[in-house]
Amino acid sequence: MHEWALADSVITSALDFSKKEKLKKISQVNIVFGELQNIDKEIFMFAIEELLKSANKIISSSKFKISNESAKFKCKVCLTEFTLNQVKKTEDEAEYIHFIPEMAHTYLKCPKCKSPDFDLIAGRGVSIKSIKGDK
Amino acid sequence: MIDPRTSVIKKRFSNIKRVIAVTGWKGGIGKSVTASMLSLILSKKGKTCGLLDLDFTGASDHIILGAKDIFPEEKNGIIPPDVHGIKFMSISFFSEGKAVPLRGNNITDAIIEMLAITQWGKLDYLIIDMPPGINDTALDVIRLIEKTEVLALTIPSIIAKDVLDRSLELYKRLKVSIVGIIENNLLHSKKTGANSIPYDDKLEASLGCPNKLLKTKFARSLEKIATDIL
Repeated sequence: MHEWALADSVITSALDFSKKEKLKKISQVNIVFGELQNIDKEIFMFAIEELLKSANKIISSSKFKISNESAKFKCKVCLTEFTLNQVKKTEDEAEYIHFIPEMAHTYLKCPKCKSPDFDLIAGRGVSIKSIKGDK
Repeated sequence: MIDPRTSVIKKRFSNIKRVIAVTGWKGGIGKSVTASMLSLILSKKGKTCGLLDLDFTGASDHIILGAKDIFPEEKNGIIPPDVHGIKFMSISFFSEGKAVPLRGNNITDAIIEMLAITQWGKLDYLIIDMPPGINDTALDVIRLIEKTEVLALTIPSIIAKDVLDRSLELYKRLKVSIVGIIENNLLHSKKTGANSIPYDDKLEASLGCPNKLLKTKFARSLEKIATDIL
């Protein structure tokens, strides 16, 4: 249930946003799941539902919409762009990347020059794309 | 895009009374041994203590503590495993003994992830083992954990002293509390000041065994200093 901590962060962050923007009600939170972290949507949504039971009523009836973003990398050495499908990883390695996505630099390599020195240019982990609500 | 993770860090630290970042501005001066030993000493004194190794590229607290075949439990985040009475978290759990080659922004992201998902619970002390220098890790810890206090480590060398003076000035400007400065004497077995730790030739052979570590001269010296400054 590592997803629980991230679901908790989404609710806390949305509530912080509502305070800052003086929203009386949050109606929708649009979340993006980066492919690299491989978050389990079902577990994440279960955690959201459980956390909402004791959360501030401003957010309790909000919808949570999830979209996915593919992971994209660019090698800093040979400038090759590559995707997650182009690199190999074991089940254990995928699990470690699930906890800390930066572990990709330990386990993944540029498919062309084999360097671990690459940028993750898209699809890292959990982020909030937008928050809708009423003032 | 909003990064939601930073919003819960304050909550994760809400039940931790004191956060002590063991910092030194040169490499190889004994930060990891001091951070690990301090955690063992505080735990022995009955304090609830956590140890967070944030020296990602040179993580070594797991070697000092002899922490083998353990992994955090997944429960509402991740629960640090117990190592000799210390709640211990390290990137070494996820690296299988391999190198962790991270650039600055990756270090920041990995720190935020660890701080957001680790459930420390109630602690009297969280000891953070910092990498050398004022860099991404130092600036992130100061930015993300408001209650951070710095315990500075140095060695009797004009080079280390010069860097120490510059760094202390910066911490002062950043309004970070300095709980103390410890001089780790890597060459001589005599005390060189009130907060100095003499060279201990038995220390190396005790690494990996917390019970042996606690019986070293190094531990006795550090315990006296810790009693005075914490």
